[in-house]
Amino acid sequence: MIWPVDLIIMVLVMICGIGAIMVRDLLGAGILFGAYSFMMCLLWAIMGAVDVAFTEASVGAGVSTVFLVAAVFRTSRRTKD
Amino acid sequence: MRFLALITILMVGGLLFYGTPDFPAWGDPESPASLHVSPYYIEHAVEDTAVPNIVTAVLADYRGYDTMFETAVIFSAGIACLFLLRIYRRKSTTTRLYRHNLTGITLRIAKGGKLPEGSAEFERIDSLWVPYDMIIKVTSRLVVPFVQLFALYVIAHGHHSPGGGFQGGVIFGAAIILYAISNDLRRAFRRLNEKAALLASAAGVLLYAGTGLMCLLLGGNFLDYSKLADLLYTDAIMARSHGILIVEIGVGLAVMAVMVSLYYNLSSAGRHDEGL
Repeated sequence: MIWPVDLIIMVLVMICGIGAIMVRDLLGAGILFGAYSFMMCLLWAIMGAVDVAFTEASVGAGVSTVFLVAAVFRTSRRTKD
Repeated sequence: MRFLALITILMVGGLLFYGTPDFPAWGDPESPASLHVSPYYIEHAVEDTAVPNIVTAVLADYRGYDTMFETAVIFSAGIACLFLLRIYRRKSTTTRLYRHNLTGITLRIAKGGKLPEGSAEFERIDSLWVPYDMIIKVTSRLVVPFVQLFALYVIAHGHHSPGGGFQGGVIFGAAIILYAISNDLRRAFRRLNEKAALLASAAGVLLYAGTGLMCLLLGGNFLDYSKLADLLYTDAIMARSHGILIVEIGVGLAVMAVMVSLYYNLSSAGRHDEGL
């Protein structure tokens, strides 16, 4: 475990997580959520949980981003609040 | 209301940070989670099941009952999405777009007009995504078989490397979703239609539960794969390894079909007419 890499990824996870909540554009929020999942996947891999990292990469960063984009495509792109 | 929510979140977050130092250190061998059953799995997984990847052995053999219901949860998620979104009423859109394949001219056919269904020269296109992307279609056609092959590898090689039914199933579903995005939804239906996807998801769960039931019928406990040794022509240890593979195939089938079915319902808002 290399601590600067760990720290950078941790900060990126926080930025992506807060950004996904704050951003007004729902498509952007979905893509930020995908980036968040990918950073979490890197964290799992650093911690040695390779199976969890694999699941996170395929489910979190891959398919669920597609689902979010599809849902935004069929509803509205702007939040009401 | 927003202020109240902010206060609540700050308080819960503060409590979380307050509680974090009491957690055992990362990778601590003296932590409660590492003392109870983990040493048994680490020491006996290979000799019990002949599976080098302990995660797979725990997931599909020692804790097989959990994984069966995880698969059932995914199956019910697919069914719930179907019930919430699917619209069976045939509500034709007011206008439909068709492209003449040879010249690239797009026809807009108003409601009540004669539709060139079944004609080889005309191809129906989505009303929201008109441009013709040859590069995307050809590239995805090249990529999809390799993604599917990798998914099968992930399922089959889950005994020895990270992977297994969930990951492989998701990757296989993603390949079909890629095909549906790069072409259109109707073309993907020709490869894997809604009914086949639903049947496959149910069949995956049935394969898992059926394996467990088979062990029960052969005189063992539910999901005790060593009882399958006579059916698979191996000894009891290898039977557990093969049993894990059968179960992983069931998980992969169910997950793949549910992912595809979720995508069909979400991207077409339940109409199964025009997709992403």
